[in-house]
Amino acid sequence: MPDVPPKPVLPRSRTSSPLPTETAFAPTARRRHVVQGLGTGVAALAIGAGRAQAGQTASSPADASAQPVAAQNTLFFSAAEKAFLAAACERLFPEDASGPGATMLGVPHYIEQQMATPWARGETWYMQGPHVNGPANLGYQLPYTPQQLYRLGIAGTQAWVQTQHQTLFENLPPATQDAVLSALEHNITQFDGLPSGQFFEQLRADTIEGAFADPRHGGNRHLAGWTMMGFPGARGDYMDWVDRYDTPYPYGPVSINGETP
Amino acid sequence: MTDKTLPPVDAVVVGAGWAGCIMAKELCEAGLSVVMLERGGRRSTATDGAYPASLDELEGAVRYKLFQNLAHTTVTVRNRTDQQALPYRRLAAFLPGEGVGGAGLHWTGVHFRAMPQDLRLRSHITERYGRKFIPEGMALQDYGVTYEELEPFFDRAEKVFGTSGEAYSVGGKIVGKGNPFAPDRSDDFPLPPLRDVYTAHLFRKAAAEAGYNPYAMPAANASHPYTNPYGAQMGPCNFCGYCSDYACYMYAKASPNVNILPALRRHENFTLRTNAHVLKVLLDSTGKKATGVVYQDAEGNQITQPAGLVILAAFQFHNVHLMLLSGIGKPYDPHSNTGTVGRNFTYQNITNSTVLMPATRTTDQFIGSAGGVAVDDFNCDNFDHGPHGFIGGSPLWVNQAGVKPIAGAKGAMTNGARWGSDWKRQALDSYRHSFTINAQGSNMAYRDVYLDLDPTWKDAYGQPLLRMTFDWKDNDIRMNRYVVSKLDKVVKALGARDVHYGMRDPAKPFDVRDYQTTHLCGGAIMGEDPKTSALNRYLQSWDVPNVFVVGANAFPQGMGYNPTGLVAALAYWSAHHIRTQWLKGAGGPLVTP
Repeated sequence: MPDVPPKPVLPRSRTSSPLPTETAFAPTARRRHVVQGLGTGVAALAIGAGRAQAGQTASSPADASAQPVAAQNTLFFSAAEKAFLAAACERLFPEDASGPGATMLGVPHYIEQQMATPWARGETWYMQGPHVNGPANLGYQLPYTPQQLYRLGIAGTQAWVQTQHQTLFENLPPATQDAVLSALEHNITQFDGLPSGQFFEQLRADTIEGAFADPRHGGNRHLAGWTMMGFPGARGDYMDWVDRYDTPYPYGPVSINGETP
Repeated sequence: MTDKTLPPVDAVVVGAGWAGCIMAKELCEAGLSVVMLERGGRRSTATDGAYPASLDELEGAVRYKLFQNLAHTTVTVRNRTDQQALPYRRLAAFLPGEGVGGAGLHWTGVHFRAMPQDLRLRSHITERYGRKFIPEGMALQDYGVTYEELEPFFDRAEKVFGTSGEAYSVGGKIVGKGNPFAPDRSDDFPLPPLRDVYTAHLFRKAAAEAGYNPYAMPAANASHPYTNPYGAQMGPCNFCGYCSDYACYMYAKASPNVNILPALRRHENFTLRTNAHVLKVLLDSTGKKATGVVYQDAEGNQITQPAGLVILAAFQFHNVHLMLLSGIGKPYDPHSNTGTVGRNFTYQNITNSTVLMPATRTTDQFIGSAGGVAVDDFNCDNFDHGPHGFIGGSPLWVNQAGVKPIAGAKGAMTNGARWGSDWKRQALDSYRHSFTINAQGSNMAYRDVYLDLDPTWKDAYGQPLLRMTFDWKDNDIRMNRYVVSKLDKVVKALGARDVHYGMRDPAKPFDVRDYQTTHLCGGAIMGEDPKTSALNRYLQSWDVPNVFVVGANAFPQGMGYNPTGLVAALAYWSAHHIRTQWLKGAGGPLVTP
């Protein structure tokens, strides 16, 4: 089944969102076992489930496919998770002299929208077990979907930051936030078998994608990512420019929906 | 047992990519009733390549809209026979296609012929350097077909694909400024070369200054409006830069969907069934004759399609997988070095170097096509390998098929920073001022690099996954490092601000996490000896002579060039011999062992 274009996510009233269920991040019995089998897992589960009350998408592929589309148009991240995301994405892609950062570009919003896609539910990955650890060069072997990587990764990071700094990530000064991210990047800890580096790489990749994907996906607001890059977007016709050597292409970006900066 | 058996047809073709569409067209022309079965869904340029929605980097190149959904089936991978292979769970290193058009819908369009020496590599190396030059454990073989025999079919494929390029020698006469190492041609390219983008232009000048022989890369991107021999029309490439990973909205990039299927659909004796996942080829009680195939449809029904002739034309490793699942030919065993199906599995040995130009030079990397500028001075056996003690080579080229910003940022040339302000500044600078030079090299075959069935993991249909045992070997690592070192003079001539040489690291095994190329080859190879090849020189199974297996699976070892041109020529070659010999005979082997 081809990966279908993600539908726009319409925020629903938080009070009308379904109550969280355990399946939200333990879609099979085996995975539930993995989650609960480790010490930090219980904590992560508790934090994740607790914060997820505001609403979430059931993440089992089987469950998701059986649900009406409307049920997927709910927010995946809780307010607390969103606060982490906003802070972390901004450190990965900061506002600075070269232009806007992740927050201004709408990167957290982009990641939220992506959570409603088949990709986020692991429907385009081979997810059959057994899940066996192996050398890194043989690739991703975890049982977690992108939704689960976020739920576990955010909860685990916040729990780890609590033990180190007795506060939440978003309350730390930028330099300390950077040190935490760097520690995650270098696999300083793990959350239920999820190496922190794996979570970091997901966050980094999605932040870059949110900064530079077409704005119809929720990020790259006002095409500011493309303006910084010097990318003309969906113009898609350089017939007259291909051999004007030493003359940089002069036009700014346009999006698929026809937006200009 | 299956749910339903359909009326028999003359031929069933598995896979609707380049190989399948060429074979189906040829067999329909010969008057056969043909059913083509495609695992994926329907695809067309009008829907999957519609402007502007198709110009979406996230959907095309990050979420892999046109590629295989690994949830249904994948492979397992290991580097050595003493390891447990693990599933390839997320697309990364290689990106097989799915759906009508196959990889032919999302390819870039680089369209080479093969070098004559590559087609008879074992004989050539032995003649020039002596038999002892081939290292222990390297399984070099000849294809069993020569360049001269294939030339009319290379020519045919270029005319069907609307290929743009510049010839060097036609009919024995030097006619242009094309690749001086390229073999003689019976005719010129159907279209003149694409114009050089800026970075290719820079590379052309610098490579000439370095003393190399730059030429325009042959590309199945129409440089002008074109109508092919089937009456299919192509628009001119406008350098939009959405080649690799996308359907071409300009109808300028050749694809089965644009160049063959419109004509194929006009045959009343042609039927295309999509969402038809072939589970196995059925054999009669002797095991020497195929009676058809069984496939699973979108509703989960298992359908038997009887056929007198079975063409396997799926992607390289799916063809090998189907042979193993069906019991066609003897599975290869690396320990005893016996059996044929799975042996000589190869890849392509590509590394990328990045050049950062001065801030006064804006490289406009988003402008692109399948064209570009290459040098062949270090490809194939175009230089004396005697002093180096390795076999094979790489073209070096700028083949800028449009760098979009997500890829540009992820692949930015930096001082090692990966995020934060320091990284961001460098990534933006890199996107505006850098470009990439590829060394796309050959990969030799080795006794312990092969394909077989995995003992643990299964696909969504309950069948064992294919297992890849693959690693980079000393010969190929040294070849890559030697050829990339030859860029030094080019980089100096470019006046680059900085350079990162992408070279194979002897300490690093094959890594499935890094995109390299989808040019996987071998596993069911053609050859002259049924003990060491699964297919004869007409791509006919030695063991089941009404099965032909068409694709890059037939290459005995990898070459520096992209495989599609040779796949297409081999398909026309095989079809020609089915039409002129096999159909007129008793359906037996075209070659007596």
